[in-house]
Amino acid sequence: MSTHRPQELQALVLAITARLRDQPGPLLEVLHGVQDALGFVPGEAVPLIARELNLSRAEVHGVVSFYRWFRSTPPGRHVLRVCRGEACQSMGARALEAHALATLGIDCGQTTADGAISLEPVYCLGNCACAPAVMLDGELRGRVTREDLDALLESWGAGQ
Amino acid sequence: MTPRVYVPRDAGALSLGADDVVTAIERQARRERLPLHIVRNGSRGLYWLEPLVEVDAGRGRIAYGPVRAVDVPGLFRAGFLQGAPHALHLGAIEGHPWLASQQRLTFGRVGREDPLSLESYVRQGGYAGLHRALELGPEATVRELTASGLRGRGGAAFPAGVKWHTAREQAAAVKYVVCNADEGDSGTFADRMLMEGDPFALIEGMTIAGVTVGASRGYVYLRAEYPHARRSLGAAIEVLRRAGRLGSDLLGSGRDFDIDVRVGAGAYVCGEETSMLESLEGRRGEVQVRPPLPAVKGLFGAPTVVNNVVTLATVPVVLARGAEFYRGYGRAGSHGTLPIQLGGNVRRPGLIERAFDLTVRELLEDYGGGSATARPIRAVQIGGPLGAFLPASQFDTPLDYETLAAMGAVLGHGGVVAFDDTVDMVERVRETLRFCAHESCGKCAPCRIGSVRGEELVERIRRGFDRERDLALLAELCDTLEHGSLCGLGGMTPFPVRSALRHFPGDFRGTR
Ligand SMILES: Cc1cc2nc3c(=O)[nH]c(=O)nc-3n(C[C@H](O)[C@H](O)[C@H](O)COP(=O)(O)O)c2cc1C
Ligand code: SF4
Ligand code: FES
Repeated sequence: MSTHRPQELQALVLAITARLRDQPGPLLEVLHGVQDALGFVPGEAVPLIARELNLSRAEVHGVVSFYRWFRSTPPGRHVLRVCRGEACQSMGARALEAHALATLGIDCGQTTADGAISLEPVYCLGNCACAPAVMLDGELRGRVTREDLDALLESWGAGQ
Repeated sequence: MTPRVYVPRDAGALSLGADDVVTAIERQARRERLPLHIVRNGSRGLYWLEPLVEVDAGRGRIAYGPVRAVDVPGLFRAGFLQGAPHALHLGAIEGHPWLASQQRLTFGRVGREDPLSLESYVRQGGYAGLHRALELGPEATVRELTASGLRGRGGAAFPAGVKWHTAREQAAAVKYVVCNADEGDSGTFADRMLMEGDPFALIEGMTIAGVTVGASRGYVYLRAEYPHARRSLGAAIEVLRRAGRLGSDLLGSGRDFDIDVRVGAGAYVCGEETSMLESLEGRRGEVQVRPPLPAVKGLFGAPTVVNNVVTLATVPVVLARGAEFYRGYGRAGSHGTLPIQLGGNVRRPGLIERAFDLTVRELLEDYGGGSATARPIRAVQIGGPLGAFLPASQFDTPLDYETLAAMGAVLGHGGVVAFDDTVDMVERVRETLRFCAHESCGKCAPCRIGSVRGEELVERIRRGFDRERDLALLAELCDTLEHGSLCGLGGMTPFPVRSALRHFPGDFRGTR
């Protein structure tokens, strides 16, 4: 996903800013648009967005870095979010996270060397009554067991 | 009649395979050439029974649950389309004591029908509130809301009518209504259930706010972690625009009102209203000093009503049924009903809407059925990650605003999380401080730096070199956070920390 050529990136960013620039306070919407399309907000996009929205680069950069949702580096092909909220931890989410990290051989917030999977922390997915909960590329799962997770990681091609 | 089969499309039910259940039902029906009609409803909130499938063959709805895709052929063999007995048979869910004992006002419709059918919304009383508000006019509408005693359900419990009154009084051509759908408190999911299960109610509440205070535009600030709610809100807005219930000249009233959904970006602090408004304007979500109050000078400098999802979705109930009716529920200071979200280590977690009349013990035992792990429940945390811990000796505490405030606790957004006796309170405190450090907006030093220092202190306390000194330092840090924080993130971090230290001293001294 990181292999966008400069012209392609420019065209993509311009299409997004053109669509949203007339909305009031559009920066977050624009950043979501870029990240939805590319999986992250590349550093090269920052000056373009700044120019199109009449903001300084520092302002755009400041917003990207404030919000944890926006990433400046490409994610793995799959993103696994394990809930760290209290309800999930009371049902073993911490052990589940440790197990996933050990299986993948990474730390929380990192991506496996083969680029297959990123594991990110999240504080609550609103599924506290079906704890422990995880989110897989936008798909929510509840009452997740270690076996569920193993099966999933295998299907995503981890540990090969 | 062709049997109607209800399978929720609530995110919680989907997370347990509800879509697979639908696929299996459709496949089996085709194979057996049985006609049926599938309805995707919201969740009734009995999550331990999800996916909860209901069947209506003309003699009322019969429930089965929890249903997995592999159960489907067996259900067909047993004749579930006619409501026949089966191991998963639950009978009429509305008669289930867990549900029948609740007072569902705000959640009255959630889980019943297809949440995107405007026709069934109106049939179930939808839009009666807006009609009444238009009849009453703005001033009387605000009076009604104030008289109902409804307090904000997002956490701060500020009287809704007072806020609307302030916004209405401002002489400004442009005003806004902002719905706080950031639902950042872990352990809470009422906003999510409502947005997925009855989005029209939220939009009706926002519309009433708009015509009352004189705003023609609203925003829903939705957390990024809620893709399902985003889809349901988007679809609901489309339905209402096409039906002329959003847009210009609503219902021939001459009033305009429309809304947009804006998606947050993973910052807990953006649930705080001034931070949220910054974020909506496209900036870093840094908390701002009040005054000015948002109702005076809010989004883009204009008077803005900011209310939580549950607050706004309750407004139509108050108007349709009257302030007296709503105020008739609850007790002094805590009027109406509160959707409690029971989660964590209990056998029967879910959504329990009651009139502020439950003790913690009743909640944990009568509804929760004890712990899921069959061990004693040692602690509950009430009101999100920054709410206090209560030990078992306090389980007779009633869940209302005043009682909890008097004991240094908060009801917050109504989340209750149970922990069994394997919980390590030192770990809980470390998590609290870690959360504060992780989510701090950076404006105040105690919150930004003190929380990190606090985490180190807890680590030292665990190792036990100079324990009493470190415990005293941690207590001091709590005082600094309490007094030196601009918002509740730093300001409330002492709630869980102090309550853990007070009620579970042995955990911190290695003598448990
Ligand atoms: C750190 C912090 C986080 C908050 N998060 C939320 C939230 O996620 N949802 C919410 O409705 N209110 C939240 N609030 C409360 C809001 O600031 C505000 O009081 C509320 O949106 C007003 O709506 P209400 O009166 O209907 O409750 C938070 C407050 C603080 C200090
Ligand atoms: S208490 Fe923390 S989150 Fe709140 S304003 Fe201060 S630094 Fe920001
Ligand atoms: S605490 Fe994990 S989903 Fe809410």
